[in-house]
Amino acid sequence: MSALSNSNWNRRNVLQAAMGLAAAGGLAACGGNTGRSSGGSGDALTQYFHAYGEAGTEQAIKKYAAAYKKADVSTNWITGNNFESALFAALLTKKAPDVFEFHPQLQLVKSGQVADLTDLIDPVKDDFNPNDIKSHTVDGKIYGIRMIDDPQFFYYRKSMFEKAKVEVPTTLDELIEAAAKLTTGKVKGVFLGNDFTAIQNVIIWSAGADTINANNEIAYHTDGVAEGLKQLRQLFTSGNVLLDAPTDFWDPSSLNQGLCAMQWGGMWSMPAMQQALGDDLGIFPFPKIGSAGKQSVYNGGWSIFVNAKGKNVEAAKEYVKWLWIDQKQYQEDWATSYGFHIPPRTSIANSATKLKTGLPAEGVKLFTDYGHFDNIAYDQTMQTAFAEVIASSVRKNGNPEAALDTCDKKVNVELKKLFG
Amino acid sequence: MSTTTTRGVAQPAPAKASPARPRRGLRGNPTFNFWLFTGPFLIGLVIFVFVPIGWSIWLSFFDARYTVTPSHFIGFDNYKQILTNSNFPDSLLTFSVFAAFIVPTTWALSLGLALLVHRLRFMRAFFRSVFFLPTAVSYVAAALIWKMSIFSGVRFGLMNTVLGWFGVENIAYLANPSPPWYWVVIVSLRLWIQSGFYMILFLAALQNIPGELYEAAAIDGAKPGWQTFRYITLPQLRATSTAVILLLLIAAYQAFDEFFNIIGQNATWAQTPLMELYKTALGTSQDYGAGSAGAVILSLLICLVTLIQGKFMGFGRGEEAK
Repeated sequence: MSALSNSNWNRRNVLQAAMGLAAAGGLAACGGNTGRSSGGSGDALTQYFHAYGEAGTEQAIKKYAAAYKKADVSTNWITGNNFESALFAALLTKKAPDVFEFHPQLQLVKSGQVADLTDLIDPVKDDFNPNDIKSHTVDGKIYGIRMIDDPQFFYYRKSMFEKAKVEVPTTLDELIEAAAKLTTGKVKGVFLGNDFTAIQNVIIWSAGADTINANNEIAYHTDGVAEGLKQLRQLFTSGNVLLDAPTDFWDPSSLNQGLCAMQWGGMWSMPAMQQALGDDLGIFPFPKIGSAGKQSVYNGGWSIFVNAKGKNVEAAKEYVKWLWIDQKQYQEDWATSYGFHIPPRTSIANSATKLKTGLPAEGVKLFTDYGHFDNIAYDQTMQTAFAEVIASSVRKNGNPEAALDTCDKKVNVELKKLFG
Repeated sequence: MSTTTTRGVAQPAPAKASPARPRRGLRGNPTFNFWLFTGPFLIGLVIFVFVPIGWSIWLSFFDARYTVTPSHFIGFDNYKQILTNSNFPDSLLTFSVFAAFIVPTTWALSLGLALLVHRLRFMRAFFRSVFFLPTAVSYVAAALIWKMSIFSGVRFGLMNTVLGWFGVENIAYLANPSPPWYWVVIVSLRLWIQSGFYMILFLAALQNIPGELYEAAAIDGAKPGWQTFRYITLPQLRATSTAVILLLLIAAYQAFDEFFNIIGQNATWAQTPLMELYKTALGTSQDYGAGSAGAVILSLLICLVTLIQGKFMGFGRGEEAK
């Protein structure tokens, strides 16, 4: 008989031990991820962030939160590719975050999930990029604060272009030709992301169309877009495109490791690419599609929102005002110390020395000259419907017109739900 | 068996019945004990299974976008939407075809493995462990290994490296649906991860077949090998086979993890019914009404397929068949 079985346990002991364990568990649960070394005061707030790929970002967000003295701010740093699912599911529960980052989406406003932040932004409204204000405004009210603008464009290896005697392409036809010339035994000409959805909006803009128009009607279904889809199918099947790369477009590895000569990516990757490739790096916008098209850059980014159904709406608003309006040094740090992003505040963008020269300055110029911002009414459901157009007509050789017709049906259902 | 009497020997007086007294606690009250041990599980079952099922059915009749406590009753509109203006019906069709392939394949492979390790004379435990261990690997981890390491489309992916030795160009297994190499990735993963578990079920069933049956068959002139397998082993495994096929069918329709991580949500092919419901309810649309309607349809379909399968294979009649 083992020594363990010799102990004199009775039901009362068991009950006491269970209660002790429960109490210990409760105390352990109190140890939230506040980012503080000890204690705190005031309200307890929770914020959700998706996991950024750049080193140091998680620590930075927690550092900012720890510096806020009026509330205990804990950070939920959500890894993996299901940030929006985790966020949306959490928003329905009592443990919903008070503050969260996301993109401006009309359905969040219509469903009352995000708080009106107009009173916070109004005093500094003129210091924000007007397009960022516009993309967060519904019926004159502003529902989010832009934290960073993320232009997306092509990166390319200058040395490979010189060796293959290729000029920077300005049309989709030229891009297809360039990809063919740049493809060698070990290097593919171009990487557009593993499923091509990274470029789905710029296809529309580069073909001279838009996602939805000012009257909230479908504007993407044009001959130019259909023609662009056919050309992309030609590129996809050419054998000159990098497919099934270990990481997607948001990661600089494909270009850095020499798997491709051109890669679609975001400005956040620029520091890592410069570190790996030095001066052997250039950028250019998505080429124009057809004669009516024009070059384009997608200005993605992230915004901060306050959960309107949260328990601490006022405290949360105070916190986001403190961090994303008052603390300019943190905003600049967030935009330029890890990956490169463009600060939405004009005063910060103008003073950000890292963005003033060289390739970063070129990125800012592309952002200014060719940039397209989010349309708050072009929501996730519509974007998913267009992603299926890419899947069907580019990757699966379906008829682009038929794919666009199918997409129209889904988008119209969504538009009807949003606007009646 | 004889009985003996002990005449002349004083029998011990019957023990005096002790006065009945109420007995408390674990040993005294069977009803109390029953609820003590099953109650927590029953409560969990009600809270985490029956309430969500009921709630889901209720949600399916409401406009439940961005909320799980809706108030606008819309009848069968969600059912109409999910069946006519979504990819859900396509996914059901795709996965009926998938089930038709993967169920018999996994059944045959796991039975084959069980027969193999059952007859091993040496290193039996080692081989059983080798085949069973993949069961312990999570679908997510395995999917990432398959996608990023073995079937990566770049030149240093394992499969492409091997093919490169024979002069075959790199293959994009997942991004390009034509030809549908993605099924090789999915099916090989599923077979690797599932077969060990079902092998164990078959192994247990094989060990329960009485040796006398084989001896009697040998005396009657049955040849060992296919004849014995066809007329003794296989019929004896009928109950287990039925259960295995049932579990495989349900698993096929409930496929999610590996498809989600390997194919992703931006394809129009190999989207499982659960992925479509996930996208509808939790992903981009947050339409809990339409998602719930799809979940109800899927549940009914699984029940229907199970009943049909039970009808044909006689689920629960295994003992009678012996």
